[in-house]
Amino acid sequence: MIQLKDIIKAYPLGKEQLVVLKGVSLTINAGEFVAIMGPSGSGKSTLMNIIGLLDTPTKGSYLLEKKEVSNLSENEQADVRSKRIGFVFQQFNLLPRMDALRQVMQPLLYQGVHRTQAETKARESLHIVGLSERISHNPNELSGGQQQRVAIARALVTDPAIILADEPTGALDTQTGHEVMDILTTLSKHGKTIVMVTHEPRVAAFAHRTIRIEDGLIQSGTLPDGLRNIPSAYK
Amino acid sequence: MNFFENILNALGAIGSNKMRSALTMLGIVIGVASVVLLVAIGQGAASGIKSQVQGLGTNLLSISPGSPNQTNVRFSMGSTSSLKSTDTDYITQYAAELLNGIEPELSSRQQLVAGNINTNSSVVGTVPSYLTVRNSAVEYGSFITEEHLTNVDKVAVLGPSTASTLFPDDADPLGNTFRIGNNIFTVIGILESKGSTGMTNRDDTVLIPLTTMQRRIAGKTSLSSISVSVKNESEMDYAKQVLTAILLNAHGITDTSKQDFTVLSQADAVETLNAVTSTLTYLLGGIAAISLIVGGIGVMNIMLVSVTERTREIGIRKAIGAKKRDIMTQFLVESTVLSILGGAIGILISVIGSWIVTIYSSLEATIALYSVFLAFGFSVCVGIFFGMLPAWKAAKLRPIEALRYE
Repeated sequence: MIQLKDIIKAYPLGKEQLVVLKGVSLTINAGEFVAIMGPSGSGKSTLMNIIGLLDTPTKGSYLLEKKEVSNLSENEQADVRSKRIGFVFQQFNLLPRMDALRQVMQPLLYQGVHRTQAETKARESLHIVGLSERISHNPNELSGGQQQRVAIARALVTDPAIILADEPTGALDTQTGHEVMDILTTLSKHGKTIVMVTHEPRVAAFAHRTIRIEDGLIQSGTLPDGLRNIPSAYK
Repeated sequence: MNFFENILNALGAIGSNKMRSALTMLGIVIGVASVVLLVAIGQGAASGIKSQVQGLGTNLLSISPGSPNQTNVRFSMGSTSSLKSTDTDYITQYAAELLNGIEPELSSRQQLVAGNINTNSSVVGTVPSYLTVRNSAVEYGSFITEEHLTNVDKVAVLGPSTASTLFPDDADPLGNTFRIGNNIFTVIGILESKGSTGMTNRDDTVLIPLTTMQRRIAGKTSLSSISVSVKNESEMDYAKQVLTAILLNAHGITDTSKQDFTVLSQADAVETLNAVTSTLTYLLGGIAAISLIVGGIGVMNIMLVSVTERTREIGIRKAIGAKKRDIMTQFLVESTVLSILGGAIGILISVIGSWIVTIYSSLEATIALYSVFLAFGFSVCVGIFFGMLPAWKAAKLRPIEALRYE
């Protein structure tokens, strides 16, 4: 599903270059639930952004569903994001002044789906995350856990192949964090490929596999802590 | 993202910061309101003057001293004294069959005193044919007669507003007296009201015998104008030529470039006044249009602030699949909706404003439909034009940079 080869990402920093990713190669198979762990500044978020096509690598190749996507134009990238990838962020990143239903409808509207159809799908999606009761609430009327569930519903609504979660529990307490992880686990069981960035081992334990990254290089792609079931295609 | 959805988003964004949106719109509101209102006042003035001039009669020719200038008409009435009472006689002698009446007059503004009331009015020395030529009538009392002219009598016929100013407590001022300088005049009649459209009040006038005006007040025998009413409207041009020829002959002028009088028909006057008022209207509209542009810059300024402020929102939208075009449309629609709202409020204010002007002034402000469309269309264009830069700025943000923005 996702194949990264020798990905290098460098940012200009004054006259110098700050190399954040120093040649990352990585394969994630369809249906896998992968956690990317590493200390802050290790490059894990940058890696995540490159996988999510929010950022482009300086060098290297990225095959998404066997198609090279590292050199797509911005609009083509937007198209891939819109259809294949759903995002869940640490800070929820809901749109202001918009109730949960419209919030979840947005990705479909950007795809050009008709309003009534978008609404039906958004309701289904909110039902999956257990928020059917609060569809007309604005973000500021929802608790953190509820906001994150709206965000997950929004990521789900386009029926993407991949869900990228960047510290999905980072802003939540243990209890609600656990609820959010339960939802992600369920989605994984239903065949979604999930890539999650976290620095909490307890959260990473929900994944099938943990990839450790340090100083822009992958330290180990093997043996996650508390591994429960290893997918057969795992490398 | 359909159009309806875009409008909904824009209204949401505008409503979320009401104070700022209102202040932004204010520029457009003032711009549109001033364009529409100033054009309305300009038009009101123009139509007022036009109806006033036409009220004098469409078959009226007026002869005034001073040469017609190269282009069209020169308004230098009374500046020279080339018109004499003898000119009236020549016209009567040679052109009588063309005309309904001839009315020579000498007018100037004078101070009027009645008891402790002191006022200033236009005093016109005239002859009995005034009524026919000027298409006027006496409301009650009588008018100036040939006998008054011969005897140089100190009698006066008042316009209705002069009458009520001079004799506020007297419903029937006939027989009352007032002073012009050292001369005491007796009121013998009151004119019918002609209304007061435009810039001058035609009811504010005092008519006295021409001879009295010349000998007792002005102390000169020249005329300030001769008005004639032509029998057939179709003969206006011909009459104009005949009168010009008669007067050139009477003044002994052979070189027409040295002509010392002007024969003016109402059509000429209306045309000239139209030219003046439309220039005025364009001038006012132009000044107002500048304020509309300033308003547009205000819109751009706020939209730029809004883009910076909502960088993160733009990032989120891009992450969930918005393309450049979507973001661009969002901000363009927002600035356009802002301008359209401003424009609509501006038009509303100009309607109220013109209504107030019409009630509290002598002008009748008439809102021109074209100015409404023009101002409104212009404000929409301002919204799109000045929204373009901020929208482009928003659209080209890199998603990751926008998302990281705090």
